[in-house]
Formats: sequence, C-alpha cells, structure tokens
Amino acid sequence: MDDVALAAGGGAGVTAEVAVLGAGMHPWGKWGRSFVEYGVVAARAALADAGLQWRDIGSVIGAGTVRGGYPGYIAGATFARALGWQGSRVASVYAACASGAQAVDAARAQILSGQADAVLVVGADAAPKGFFRPAGGDRPDDPDWLRFRVLGATNPVYFGLYARRRMAVYGDTTDDFAQVKVKNAAMGALNPRARYRSPVTAEEVAASAVVADPLRLLDICATSDGGAAVVLASMEFARRHGHPEPVRIRAVSTVTPRFPNTVLDLPDIATDSAVAVDPPGGTFRMSIAGAAYEEAGIGPEDLSLAEVYDLSTALEVQWYEDLGLCGAGEGVRLLRDGATALGGRVPVNVSGGLASFGEAVPAQAIAQVCELTWQLRGEAGGRQVAGARVGISANQGLFGHGSAVIAVR
Amino acid sequence: MPRTRTPVVAGWFEGDGDGFRLLGTRCASCASVFFPREDHYCRNPACASGELEEIRLSRRGRVWSFTDSRYRPPSPYVSDPELPWQPYVLIAVELAAERIVVLGQAAPGVTVADLAVGMEAEVVPGVLHEDAATTWTTWHWRPAGVRA
Ligand SMILES: [Zn+2]
Repeated sequence: MDDVALAAGGGAGVTAEVAVLGAGMHPWGKWGRSFVEYGVVAARAALADAGLQWRDIGSVIGAGTVRGGYPGYIAGATFARALGWQGSRVASVYAACASGAQAVDAARAQILSGQADAVLVVGADAAPKGFFRPAGGDRPDDPDWLRFRVLGATNPVYFGLYARRRMAVYGDTTDDFAQVKVKNAAMGALNPRARYRSPVTAEEVAASAVVADPLRLLDICATSDGGAAVVLASMEFARRHGHPEPVRIRAVSTVTPRFPNTVLDLPDIATDSAVAVDPPGGTFRMSIAGAAYEEAGIGPEDLSLAEVYDLSTALEVQWYEDLGLCGAGEGVRLLRDGATALGGRVPVNVSGGLASFGEAVPAQAIAQVCELTWQLRGEAGGRQVAGARVGISANQGLFGHGSAVIAVR
Repeated sequence: MPRTRTPVVAGWFEGDGDGFRLLGTRCASCASVFFPREDHYCRNPACASGELEEIRLSRRGRVWSFTDSRYRPPSPYVSDPELPWQPYVLIAVELAAERIVVLGQAAPGVTVADLAVGMEAEVVPGVLHEDAATTWTTWHWRPAGVRA
C-alpha cells in the first residue's frame, strides 16, 4: 500500500499527484472509420510512450461518445476488448466535452485509493458531418432536443451570442477574434497531429462565410475524428518503471455550476433566474479554473501555458479572463500584446487548439493533457514553450459539464 | 379544413396579441422563477420546496445579445428542404423583474442590422412552422420600434 501512504503525504491542502507516464494520439481528421480504431491507435501510442505493455495496465477508463444508442458502445470495455481482454478493471465516463477529464479524474481516484497502479485513459470519436445534433426520436423532456425543435439553436448560435455580447460590453471586434484563428492556425501548422495544418490570414477569416453573426466559418471549430490516450500511474509505480521525474497531474477540476447560473449555457433556452438568490461571485467557467488552482495550490501567475476550449475564436478570448490571465474585458489586449502567442508570457493553445484540430468530443480533454505532457517534457518540437513547468487545460461542455487539469514537472 | 393552432411546447406561453406572455413558474417558498417551467422541484440549492405556481413573465425586456442562423439547422428543427434556406435571427432578452435571460427567435423580417445590445424588445406570438393539419405556434422577440 505504498501508493496510499504517498497519497496521504501529498502536501497540506493539496491532493496528491499522479504521474503521466505516456501520452498518445491518433491524428485528428475526417477519416471515416470507427472510433474504436482511433482509440486503439492512441492507446498503443500512449503505452509505447510509457514503455509499458498492455498487460501492465490494471484498469481502463473510456471516455464515451454517443452514437447509435449506447454511449460509445460502452467505451471502456470496447477499448479493452479491442486491445485484447486481459481482465483489468474497467469503467466508462460520459460528461459531454468534459468526458476525457472526468475519465482522468476517475483514473486518478483509483490510483490514489490504491485500486490500481497504472490506468489507461482512452477517448475517441468519429464525428458526424455538419452541426452536432441530438440523437433521434421525439424527446420533449430533453433540453437538447428542445433547443433544436423550438429554436433551431445550433452550437454556433450560442457562440454567436457570446461573441456579440463581448463586442457590445467590451468593444472587442471581429478583427480581434480573427487574430485568435491566425495565432492558433500558425501553431497547428507545426503540429503533425492537427487536422488543419495551413497558416490562415485575417483576410481569409474575414472572407469566410458568416455562420452565426458575428462569427464566420473560420471563427468556429469543426467536428473531427480523433483519439487520445494517457497512461497514468502512482508515483511509486513510475519510479519502479524508469520514470524518476514524470509529468504529474496536480489537480483535476470537474465542478458543477452554482445556482443561479446567469450565463446562457448550452443547451439551455434561458438562464437561471437571479430574482431570489444573488448570483455567485464568478461565472461557471471561472469556478472551473478556480477549483483547479485551489486544488493545485497555485495561481494563474504560475502558468507556463494553457490549453483551452476554443470552440470559437471569441471563446478563447473569454477563457483568458476566466482563467485569470487578465481581468474582465482585457482578453483582447492580452491577445494584441502577443502574451498568448508562442514566446509570449503565457502561450495559449500552442497545440493549435480546436481551431486546428476540430472537436472530437470524448478525446479532446485527453488530447489537451497529451499536449501539456509533451510541453512539460520539452518534446513539443517547433511549438515548444521554453522552460514550461506548469500547464492548465480547461473546457466547458453541455449540461453543466466543465473541467480543468493542472499538470506540472 | 383549417389548421389547428398548437403550441410547439405545451404550457410555455399563452394569450393573443398584446395579452401574449411566456409562462414560467415561481417557487412558493423561495420565490425563485423558472423558465422553462419547473413544476416538481425548486432548483435553488438552499430550498427543498416542491410547490411551484405558474406565473406570466414580463412582456418586455432588454436585448442581452443576438445572432442569426445562416445555415439550415438539423432535425428536429423543421424546415422544407425543397425551399432555399432563409436565415432568421435569434435574440436573448433579459427580463429585469425576473432577472432571467430568455432566448427566442426574432419576429419574421428582423435582421441583425436592426438590433443592438440593450435595446428594448417585447414578446409576441409567432408561428414556428405549419404542416397539413397544424400551425405550430411559438414566441418571438420583437425589438421595439421595428415593425417588420
Ligand atoms: Zn424554492
């Protein structure tokens, strides 16, 4: 039970750490094959990166996608079967865009409680063409079904509302938003696992079709196929297997919003009312990051880099503020100053972000952790953040799901 | 045979003309307001009440934000694939008395060029779509001073 002893010794008020021994991905794209295939490629890459065999893994946790009825054909077991049944523990997690991070969190809990020494976390998706849409059938009690039925409110509709609100409240411009795409496309061009690997100019963003005013096609992330996996382990297991100084996960935040949530979040048709209870001090997205900082015992000033969910260009700017990289309304200034570009004070989305990957829902939060891992090891090649020591990933998805992971080395 | 007028969702709005209103519920214990309506539990974490009464929401509010839908939304949104897609505007309106923001389609003919954040808007009866037997009704937001 060395692992449990280690967990207890993790430091005052801070959760004990787990090691990231391996990270692997199937390149993002539109490959037209099964999500299982992408997950297996990612899992094998993560195992090879960790220097481990499949039989060394005591537990598999799959992040689920929802296709054809069953969530990901019960993702964890599906990946375990494809890799070859070997009697490991298995679990599956579905939490919309936060699925991958909740899978990481479940793996961490198993390791810190001594249930498993080494856990394989896998997420993969084969995304449909075009807008995400709810599963079939009439479901008038399902908010996701209702927003399509009653309003035709696709995901980009919400992104457009947020972007317009920022323009009105803070004076952001569509030219500012385009610069996020320019920045992230430049990074994606350096990432062999990204789907879009061409630089994009502001003129190209401005010439793309409007999807949901004020946002254009190149402001909004695509939906992609892809797979990502990490091998997590106890620090003791890491030492025994030749990883004396691994990247460590110091915090995983998977908090819910607090009532009343006064931001119109997907897939809701209205906010909570604040008429009887005053809103909490910060928004849901701020609390996602805040819980991670608190757990890790660090603050935004300690970050070397961040990977955030740029579902739209404008949302990346919003994340700067929600992560505390700057104050409310100051996100565009940070962008214009180059602080979030490679070489800046705190580079954001050096992987290329969703702008360069497109979203493969259950894989995306795991892919963020993969990028943090390679950056913290100094293995990110042309997009390497010099001297990276602390990284945060953050995302938000449907139905009150969101997550942040802090990794250190 | 005339079509039957049926709300796209039962119990979310009522009335005609100037008397048209969105319907929500209010907790009998803590006075929290809900739209879409909660009828069986109050979602205030400090309140365990299950007693909610129907209320009519304010007719007017202020534009919180707006956008439009330039591409045809997927099913279950109903549109005729034979006809070219006609973009429509969506408006999120903040109701001061209820301290809530409610999303809706704009009244036909409203474009994003007509709108600004902070502008007054009012709720009006609208038609979502029609089929052979039914006119499916909904709510629309109409910005003040725009008569499309
Ligand atoms: Zn109540």
